[in-house]
Amino acid sequence: MTPLLKIAYRNMRRNLRRSLMTGSAVAAGAMAMLLFGGFASYIFAGLETNSVERIGHLTVFRQGYFLIGAGNPAAYGIDRYREVMQMISTDPVVGPMIGVVTPTQSLVGIAGNFSGEVEASKTFLGTGLIPSDRERMRRWDEYGASAGYKPDLRMTDSEASRGLIGIGLARVLGLCVPLGLTGCSQPAAPKTAVTGSGGAAADEIAALALHDLPDPGAAGRMPQIDLLAATANGAPNVVRMTVAGGEAQGVKELDDNYIAMPLGLAQQLVYGRGEHKATGIVIQLRRSEDMQKARARLLQLFARDNLDLDVRDFAEQTPFYGQVVRMFSSIFLFIALVMGVIVLFAVINTMTMNVMERTNEIGTIRAMGVRRAGIRAQFTIEGALIGAIGATVGAALALGIAVLVNQAGLTWIPPGNATEVPLRLDVAGRPLLVLAAWLGLAAVATMAALLPANRAARLPVVDALRHV
Amino acid sequence: MAARESFEPSSPAAAAAVVVRLRQVAKTYRSGAVDVAALKSISLDIAAHRFSVLIGASGSGKTTLLNLIGCIDIPSAGSVQVCGQDIAALDDDAVSDFRARNIGFIFQNFSLVPVLSAYENVEYPLLLVGMAEADRRQRTLAMLEAVGLSGQARQRPNELSGGQRQRVAIARALVKGPQIVLADEPTANLDSATGASIIELMRKVQAQSRTTFIFATHDPQLMSHADETFSIRDGELIERRAGEPR
Repeated sequence: MTPLLKIAYRNMRRNLRRSLMTGSAVAAGAMAMLLFGGFASYIFAGLETNSVERIGHLTVFRQGYFLIGAGNPAAYGIDRYREVMQMISTDPVVGPMIGVVTPTQSLVGIAGNFSGEVEASKTFLGTGLIPSDRERMRRWDEYGASAGYKPDLRMTDSEASRGLIGIGLARVLGLCVPLGLTGCSQPAAPKTAVTGSGGAAADEIAALALHDLPDPGAAGRMPQIDLLAATANGAPNVVRMTVAGGEAQGVKELDDNYIAMPLGLAQQLVYGRGEHKATGIVIQLRRSEDMQKARARLLQLFARDNLDLDVRDFAEQTPFYGQVVRMFSSIFLFIALVMGVIVLFAVINTMTMNVMERTNEIGTIRAMGVRRAGIRAQFTIEGALIGAIGATVGAALALGIAVLVNQAGLTWIPPGNATEVPLRLDVAGRPLLVLAAWLGLAAVATMAALLPANRAARLPVVDALRHV
Repeated sequence: MAARESFEPSSPAAAAAVVVRLRQVAKTYRSGAVDVAALKSISLDIAAHRFSVLIGASGSGKTTLLNLIGCIDIPSAGSVQVCGQDIAALDDDAVSDFRARNIGFIFQNFSLVPVLSAYENVEYPLLLVGMAEADRRQRTLAMLEAVGLSGQARQRPNELSGGQRQRVAIARALVKGPQIVLADEPTANLDSATGASIIELMRKVQAQSRTTFIFATHDPQLMSHADETFSIRDGELIERRAGEPR
């Protein structure tokens, strides 16, 4: 141990109670930062996992669709999307990064239930998908932050007309009871309840359905709804979908409009007998860290082949993710700032008292030949030592508390989620966070010690020796 | 006894052995709105390898003079040369280094570093001059043995008696082989028997090491051991007297 460090350590022990108080402030700061940081990290991982499970890491769209195409998805279909998917999957750079690549068809239209006691219709936002691909996507869990329990998708590739609807839409369409949905209380509605912008079209949908659609008895006991949309050519089209269940979407606006259906059914509705296209090609990577590399490569491929395609990542598609990340990051910074200020003043106070008590000692060792810089280093090292030990203890406590919380089996419902997820504190899995908090607090303690250390170094030797 | 302006050795041989040379040194302190002259144009030479004593009443200026000789204070006027070095020509770091190499201090209140053992306190000055560990160890142990504290090497200052602490302070002042040791009332906080033994020890060490000792003291015992005595009154040097030959 170097003499400076030895003297610093012994002085810290000499004023044990004072050092303990200051060290406790540093430890509390480290704990607060790490526990919240661990919680925020888990939230970020959970949100990312949730997004990647649903929409993958990247989605390929036609140029312009992402910004202005939502109102008319049919106009932005990707031509020969299977060839594009093949090109992506077999590319030697991006291919090995990919876990799932699957087409998707977005659509808007009017959904109607005219089969039973309730007759109702409602505008919807639909997604056509390949159930088996989505089932594989739902298993992505790079960070171990998946919600765990996932309800059965209840859609299969072989069931060409079976889909899911949001709970809110089920309520509007009077399907809560037929679907046996819990948490879907249905207030009494008029015999002919017509809601949303689709009200005027209700009779037309019913008429079209009666003429064009197959017998609903084929779907057994599951209720069926009719979906009306304009084709890519502008002609009205209607299909019948068997509702396999309701799925809460977390956000009411989405819940009131959501329909997931097999890709073929969506394409049939949007493109009729014309060429079937897809509005997006969803790409789920094996690892998130490859996302920007994969995106750059895809853009390179599209430019090379003159394809009018664009790539968007999940964060762009779900602004909520970025908002939550920014919010939690701001709170973390605020906590770090408050803790930093507390540590700053605690260390300044302690080191100022140390300097006052040891003024005569400062004079003595200055007289012996210690330079001003040596005095400055002595007290700075003492502050740094208190900071380092406090931060180490705080980090150890935070890790211990995180283990206890993680084993307690606590759950909560994050904003935007429909189901409970485990409450976890991801401290151990974030070594950079631990290192940053440790270094930050040790640095603050060191900087805080500089002020009294400078004062000690500037003391005239004779004045210091006279001090009693 | 008339006050004199200057006390300088008269012979060229004595001048060659001068270790401290002060010329018209004055020191003024600011006390509130008043300037207080602690020293008034003092000129003196102190010969090397002597046991010199500065005497005077409290407030006479002897500690101020000792501080200037020890290069821990700067004069308001005049020049201070120690070991042939004009101190005014050095910056603060250089003065610190100069002290580390050439000057040892013994304080009235011992002023040991409380968190260091007797051994570590004595070793400290050797760290400042960058001595190798093996040499440090050898010199420290030898010095502790010389002051009779070999058995207390691991003890901290609060585990030692007053006399033992002052012995550690003497060992610390001498361990680096300085040219000058300055002691401000080194026996003031000791009983007479312990004080006598400390004086005896310093005398013995001085005779062996040929180090120049300069004391500021009221202690008649210590005065009686002086090779030369400088009397100071009201910031002025009023007398230089050679002691009994030894």
